[in-house]
Amino acid sequence: MEQFIEWIKQPWPWWIAGPMIGLVVPTLLIAGGKAFGISSSLRHVCAMCVPANIPFFTYDWKKELWNIAFVIGVAIGGFIGHNLLANPEMIEVAESTQRDLAALGITDYRSIMPHEIFTWENLFTAKGLLFFVIGGFLVGFGTRYAGGCTSGHAIMGISSLQWPSVVATIFFMAGGFLMTHVFLGPLMKLVGF
Amino acid sequence: MGTAVKKGEKPNVGTTPNKEQKGDGPLELLMYLIIGVGFGIIFIKAEIVSWFRIQEMFRLQSFFMYGVIGSAIVVGALSIQVIKWFNIKTIKGDKIIITDKEFRKGQIIGGFIFGLGWALTGACPGPLFAQIGSGFTVILVTLISAVAGTWVYGRFSDKFPN
Repeated sequence: MEQFIEWIKQPWPWWIAGPMIGLVVPTLLIAGGKAFGISSSLRHVCAMCVPANIPFFTYDWKKELWNIAFVIGVAIGGFIGHNLLANPEMIEVAESTQRDLAALGITDYRSIMPHEIFTWENLFTAKGLLFFVIGGFLVGFGTRYAGGCTSGHAIMGISSLQWPSVVATIFFMAGGFLMTHVFLGPLMKLVGF
Repeated sequence: MGTAVKKGEKPNVGTTPNKEQKGDGPLELLMYLIIGVGFGIIFIKAEIVSWFRIQEMFRLQSFFMYGVIGSAIVVGALSIQVIKWFNIKTIKGDKIIITDKEFRKGQIIGGFIFGLGWALTGACPGPLFAQIGSGFTVILVTLISAVAGTWVYGRFSDKFPN
């Protein structure tokens, strides 16, 4: 048992995590015919809280509550994973990435997120504006415009052989590559790293 | 994403919730919550929600995230084929229907915009929730901002090319 707990506390390899995520697709389908997708939950929050008579948000969100229950579960799972099954070691990151990030001023590997960026102290600074406010806005706006995110398009969409989802996924990656290799360095300098 | 769009719907409405589908009762919601908990634990334990993993991925310096997403797609695709071959029903006995997605310009433009945000936040919408749960509560601000972004898209959805 102790060995099992020890094992479960290690970071899980991709060949465990990936297939388990893939199994969420049939689990949701068999549970209630639900298509796996997470960014919709953001839309349902809009429909619940600020529909403002906008046609895009005037629908019966009560039928979509399963999606909200699911993402609350994801947050609880995050809490459990972090507090009860936490990996005691520092996060292992590729050396080449560590070198690249050191050049940008990121060297703190104590948690899954760098403390140089993701703290409340940064909220009302240019760093917070870039990483929380602008970053979050791009994620919310872009996923809805694209009609889905990594779960809805890349995993559910490609799994069910939808070619528009392949297109969407290619452009998710294109945006990410451009941000990482072209904009991220200058932007981080600009906000004081 | 939620339920997929049905054919013949207004193109700029994006993926519209399925009108025929009934709402879920408390027990069913609890079931989805529990599935979500499992998903959140995988997210944290495989460190998929880490900003560092997303940086490794976009810098092509680790195979990890490609392995995760690739194997998830393979398992998801095989599962869907099994459901189709054996005509597996939902636990309530309903037929499982997967609606087709229609191609729109939004998948290109919106997808690209999401990609920019993905590399900044190190998170797609799912990991945002897990990051908050794992104690990075400041990500709540990112989440609220993502809801705002979704709202702005919805408010002006007829103004954007699609």
